[in-house]
Amino acid sequence: MKLDAKIPAGPLAEKWDRYKAGAKLVNPANRRKYHVIVVGSGLAGSSAAATLAELGYRVSCFCYQDSPRRAHSIAAQGGINAAKNYQNDGDSVHRLFYDTIKGGDFRSREANVHRLAQVSVNIIDQCVAQGVPFAREYGGLLDNRSFGGAQVSRTFYARGQTGQQLLLGAYSSLSRQIGLGQVTMYNRHEMLDLVLVPGADGVPQAKGIIARNLVTGAIESYSGDAVLLCTGGYGNVFYLSTNAQGCNVSAIWRAFKRGAGLANPCYTQIHPTCIPVHGEQQSKLTLMSESLRNHGRVWVPKAKDVAAKLRSRQIKAADVADADRDYYLERKYPSFGNLAPRDISSRAAKEACDDGRGVASSGQGVYLDFTDAIKRLGADKIKELYGNLFDMYERITGENAYRAPMMIYPAVHYTMGGLWVDYNLMSNVPGLFVLGEANFSDHGANRLGASALMQGLADGYFVIPYTLGDYLAKTGFGAPSTAHDAFKAAQAAVTARVQKFLSNPGKESARSFHHRLGKIMWEYCGMARSAAGLQKALQLIPELRAEFWANVRVPGEGGALNAELERAGRVADFLEFGELLCRDALDRDESCGGHFRVEHQDAEGEAVRDDEHFSNVSVWEHQGDHQPPVKHTEPLIYEEVHLAKRSYK
Amino acid sequence: MSSPSAHSAGLHLTLRVWRQPSAAAEGKLVEYKLDHVSPDSSFLEMMDLLNEQLIAKGEPPVEFDHDCREGICGMCSMTINGIPHGPERGTTTCQLHMRHFKDGETITIEPWRAKPFPVVRDLVVDRSSFDRITQAGGFISVRTGSAPDANEIAISKQVADYAMDAAACIGCGACVAACPNGSAMLYVAAKVSHLNALPQGQPEKDRRALSMVRVMDAAGFGNCSNYAECSAVCPKEISLDHIAHLNRDYLVASVKNFFSKVE
Repeated sequence: MKLDAKIPAGPLAEKWDRYKAGAKLVNPANRRKYHVIVVGSGLAGSSAAATLAELGYRVSCFCYQDSPRRAHSIAAQGGINAAKNYQNDGDSVHRLFYDTIKGGDFRSREANVHRLAQVSVNIIDQCVAQGVPFAREYGGLLDNRSFGGAQVSRTFYARGQTGQQLLLGAYSSLSRQIGLGQVTMYNRHEMLDLVLVPGADGVPQAKGIIARNLVTGAIESYSGDAVLLCTGGYGNVFYLSTNAQGCNVSAIWRAFKRGAGLANPCYTQIHPTCIPVHGEQQSKLTLMSESLRNHGRVWVPKAKDVAAKLRSRQIKAADVADADRDYYLERKYPSFGNLAPRDISSRAAKEACDDGRGVASSGQGVYLDFTDAIKRLGADKIKELYGNLFDMYERITGENAYRAPMMIYPAVHYTMGGLWVDYNLMSNVPGLFVLGEANFSDHGANRLGASALMQGLADGYFVIPYTLGDYLAKTGFGAPSTAHDAFKAAQAAVTARVQKFLSNPGKESARSFHHRLGKIMWEYCGMARSAAGLQKALQLIPELRAEFWANVRVPGEGGALNAELERAGRVADFLEFGELLCRDALDRDESCGGHFRVEHQDAEGEAVRDDEHFSNVSVWEHQGDHQPPVKHTEPLIYEEVHLAKRSYK
Repeated sequence: MSSPSAHSAGLHLTLRVWRQPSAAAEGKLVEYKLDHVSPDSSFLEMMDLLNEQLIAKGEPPVEFDHDCREGICGMCSMTINGIPHGPERGTTTCQLHMRHFKDGETITIEPWRAKPFPVVRDLVVDRSSFDRITQAGGFISVRTGSAPDANEIAISKQVADYAMDAAACIGCGACVAACPNGSAMLYVAAKVSHLNALPQGQPEKDRRALSMVRVMDAAGFGNCSNYAECSAVCPKEISLDHIAHLNRDYLVASVKNFFSKVE
């Protein structure tokens, strides 16, 4: 596998402009001759599909939901970062770039991150022009709030529903193009394989996909000049996560099995502020936006016996005197306080609970307390800022957070790893582009809050129109016929797999296997990882996978809507992918960002990186179903940034 | 939050669930018993439990739409005891929790009932007519890259908040399912009101109102007779004021269109 990041020459701040100046263009009259396949309709997919269609390319867009508006970007709450410096508080493109690199624990690619910071300002302009109703001040100008890992206020927001409003903006642009006939939308379709066809040089190129029509069950072939995977993250490998139920790894896993490199799968983000687990019937976890940490204070009691009384409800949070509380984030990280980055805040919560000071009935929970903010600003102000989040908290837990502090605990939220891409967002497979959470490129080992929305839209609105154009101009048009042998073979393989599920004489449901996989992943590859634990997981996962194929029961038929069949396919892929995730976590013998190896911490429990050996991207190459994958590395070369110990103290 | 031990026995429920194998097939309510439902679980987690029970018996599970399970994607769509999204005000099916039901209760679960939302299977309906309405005009035509600086146009907080109230619509279709006429006015009004209230939305204001209403009518949605059931079941509590806004804009646009074609 050849890994060439294709970073443009020149000073960091000039790379993107130089790239754009030198990129090849497709003549407007020729654009309609190209057909682009976009898989996924979240922020990255919708914005890419809409923008490419506006340029004149023919686009087909696929989503598994009943409407592109439902993709999981919609659930992002807090906001989107941009280096506008509207607050005059010292923000700049360089500062957003640096915060993102540092937030990612110096494990992301400088050039990509700098470009992200540069185009961040255009995103806000674009969204406002679309009618996204961002929060405003009385003077009519845009408001900002602060997010973790930054000392400036650069986060734009629309109440606690920023993802919804940004996605609806992109969806409106996409809808316009569908209405104009420029985009063909395939709702309720799931991509089940990637199709490669050799180009003139004999090198396989991504030229199409196999998708299942989820309503009729038909397995269909779609051919194009390029394929864009905008299929989101793989957090559901943990079973319980803040992801939507349908979020899955299948698209990128299918691409991996067709030769695309998968980078840094062990970089997973555990979000510190989620509602704690209620029991075994739980199907998902719900995030409480990080923005709450602007006004909420995180604490547990200093003494274990006090925590025990809180757990058994002998006393209430309000009964604990201030002097007996440990506001541990403020204590440990005085300069960032409750807005310490996500990985650090999550580990601190785990530490407190492992120490026997957790306050939820399960022992796995800490307080997020608004009492001081309500005293200072009044309940009305807090309601205006976070009303919908407090309502959501009450619906789920039955508790009123204006009266008693919220209880929160970390949960799997986002995945920084994904398919490897170069500066063009193209994988090592020519013609296969990967955007948004599905790629690995911008967040390193930890993503800062409000940066996922920024990346999804940066990739779709402002990067891919240039980089895809450059690729298409160089390769020329000519999507192959779906009668090509490569399509026939892929379609037959997908059909056979569906049949195998339906005819399997098993007893256990796919959900049950997924739940069991999730427990292994959380136990051995969650917030704290050790070599011994990961080795254990690497033994347990193949055993579970074998049991799955021997004993999974998939009811119903293939020729109709069948959610259990869909689930079985996704779980089968998670059962393979989970092993790779653990393998990568074992291989990366250092702690960095969201990847915390207990062997590598300092006396205060902070992550210790090993820059000498691991200042690189781990890229895994598939070797067949019965061979371990091979690791390649892309060195991370820092020209602008000085590698430093990440400190938020 | 209730402690797990207090509810180890959980709720014992009788469920009457609409089963319909396909769009063309006849449907009927089928009764199931379900035990040990945790009061802390959500309505959809209760449905998961039912499906696990059905799979274990070798019976086809109940098909239902759902995705984010945090009340924002708009995919879940169940009529619970006759009310779209169930009895709790301002709450989607996925955010409805079982602590609101009593032990021994019988719950009737049906799909959205509306002509423009044909049943696909069991509780799953086809809401693509909503997408088509949006495609007709639920947007501001702005090419990527051509936008002015975001702070160039000042928008009063009052207007921004009003637009946001309307934009909060999740497109679930409960409004249609609740309306005796099967009207989509609240859905259409929310989008027209959101975009037409903003300065950016002015150039296409008239076209938007006319086009969206035209496609809404063509899709077979009924008329609005001010029953107000739509707003009552709306999980985002979108106000009826937006329907007044749409009616106003539609009337003005129709008059203008009469004298000089705007659509």
